[in-house]
Amino acid sequence: MMTKIILDDVSFTYPDGTTANENLSLDIPSGQRVAIIGQNGAGKTTAVKLMNGLLKPTAGEVHVGEWNTKDKTTAQLSRKVGYVFQNPDDQIFHNEVIDEVRFGPRNMGFDDEKIEDITNWAIDLCGISDYREENPYNMPYSMRKFVTIASVIAMDCDVIILDEPTAGQDKIGLALLGKMLKELEKLGKTVITITHDMEFVTEHFERIVVMANRRIIADGKASDIFYQEDILQESMLKPPAVAQMGALLGLPKGLLHKSELVAYLKEQYVNGEKVQ
Amino acid sequence: MTAIIQLENVSYRYPIGEEWVLKDVSLEIKKGSFVSIVGNNGSGKTTLCNILRGFIPHFHKGELEGAITLEGQDLSGFQLGQLGEKVGFVFQNPFIQISGVKDNVFGEIAYGLENLGVPVEEIYERVEEVLTLVNIQHLRDKNPFELSGGQRQRVALASIIVMEPDILVIDEPSSQLDPIGTEQVFEIIRLMKEKGKTIILVEHKMDLVAEYSDELIVLDQGKVLMQGPTRDVLADPLFRKANIQYPHVTEIALELQEMGVDLNFVPIRDSEITTCFKHNRGDV
Ligand SMILES: Nc1ncnc2c1ncn2[C@@H]1O[C@H](COP(=O)(O)OP(=O)(O)OP(=O)(O)O)[C@@H](O)[C@H]1O
Ligand SMILES: Nc1ncnc2c1ncn2[C@@H]1O[C@H](COP(=O)(O)OP(=O)(O)O)[C@@H](O)[C@H]1O
Ligand SMILES: [Mg+2]
Ligand SMILES: [Mg+2]
Repeated sequence: MMTKIILDDVSFTYPDGTTANENLSLDIPSGQRVAIIGQNGAGKTTAVKLMNGLLKPTAGEVHVGEWNTKDKTTAQLSRKVGYVFQNPDDQIFHNEVIDEVRFGPRNMGFDDEKIEDITNWAIDLCGISDYREENPYNMPYSMRKFVTIASVIAMDCDVIILDEPTAGQDKIGLALLGKMLKELEKLGKTVITITHDMEFVTEHFERIVVMANRRIIADGKASDIFYQEDILQESMLKPPAVAQMGALLGLPKGLLHKSELVAYLKEQYVNGEKVQ
Repeated sequence: MTAIIQLENVSYRYPIGEEWVLKDVSLEIKKGSFVSIVGNNGSGKTTLCNILRGFIPHFHKGELEGAITLEGQDLSGFQLGQLGEKVGFVFQNPFIQISGVKDNVFGEIAYGLENLGVPVEEIYERVEEVLTLVNIQHLRDKNPFELSGGQRQRVALASIIVMEPDILVIDEPSSQLDPIGTEQVFEIIRLMKEKGKTIILVEHKMDLVAEYSDELIVLDQGKVLMQGPTRDVLADPLFRKANIQYPHVTEIALELQEMGVDLNFVPIRDSEITTCFKHNRGDV
């Protein structure tokens, strides 16, 4: 199971003339967890649609494992690269959660036992076991999103792309996503996640790709990215709240995690050591 | 300030649902205030919004109990169209808000005003103003169905605020927006409040909710757990019971308080991190 993704100087222009991606080069090794962040309209969704063959590049090449996407159909590619749409309603077409999730694995041609096992596993991992017989359209938006995630991970693809899974999630949903990322990593899956939640990114991703104005403008660690003013400005990003508080307290740069700030403050303000 | 919306003992269940989704909800929204509804997913926020704009019971039938009044009048006395002019509603899912009647963003935003018979010149003026306000001038000629998620969410918001309704019910307007775009949306909502509108916002981004809203309504499994001024609600230990994200600064301060650090007050804005703690050992 080795499906490396390579974008080699890729550009893409929509039929209406909008160029959404320009000269993207990106190399994602098998099993890696990557976040893509950046301003609205930067070209994130377009870039990942190029990875699973929903779109084909106007220039440059996209490689999925041994394949060049231009030689393969979307149906072939989607067996290797599963894509969870930004809008869940673009994806759901069954009236019951269980049918929706089972569709993918059945379509992959798994045997009956694997179909049942993997469907149940995906439903559990997505926290929707109480909704198995529910109509997805009667579920709150954020839970509907989990239905689409379950239906994609149940296909057991090597590469999984999540387009804004954090949108509209509450604390419980975010924790569930974090846990899911860990599970998928254990299974050796590549997971590419687009998100606007900077806390979530800092907490769960080693590698962050930043996009702005059709291009990739940075690719690195959170500690590299969230302290570079020019990158933040160009991509309409803000550092996590902890970094902003650190700055207010005049702390040295580099602070990103809540635990670091709590430890520092505890040291500073200790109960009982007071002088009035 | 007088109440513009009042709910008394409102309960609701969807036609096919067995359970009551809202249970005995009583609340009051003051005219001209900015109220945020917070609660975990499934707690009934969108359902409550749908009651406020009359979609329940006009569109979703089901069982609705209790009394709902708008400006002192029973809500059931209003036609849906009449309500639509008073109460602007921004959908949670921006992908379904776009009417698709027009093939460009400008037309999409102008459409509601055309329906109201607003003079053409005024329509142009108002749409231009909103395009600039919401930062989508560059998208004016694009097909609304060929936009990115965040761009659509901006168009959805624009198409409602251009109508200038007295009451704005806004269901998670920033879910698809980049961080700066999210702040801009809160600024726009504040501007609407300054124009005298009443704002009812559903949001998960608690840092901004705490900074901008006058009052919070906390929903927990279909019940109103708390309602009151933002600062009071967040400082009340009861808030923790709902298992909702605190503003980050509040979370950090409460964690330190548990470790034995004394607080001058419970902070709810980032800037308060410098003043909320007592006894700086560094000063010894
Ligand atoms: N079907 C389409 N036809 C024409 N232009 C499109 C289409 N889809 C997207 N675009 C345009 O391509 C650009 C990139 O869009 P894309 O959806 O990739 O952005 P994104 O980074 O995912 O943004 P968001 O954070 O808002 O989801 C935008 O300018 C958008 O208007
Ligand atoms: N059209 C519907 N039919 C049946 N049940 C629904 C419908 N819409 C929402 N519900 C149920 O009502 C409850 C509250 O949902 P919702 O108001 O969307 O919550 P929130 O907006 O707080 O996430 C959930 O249990 C949901 O499944
Ligand atoms: Mg997108
Ligand atoms: Mg909702």
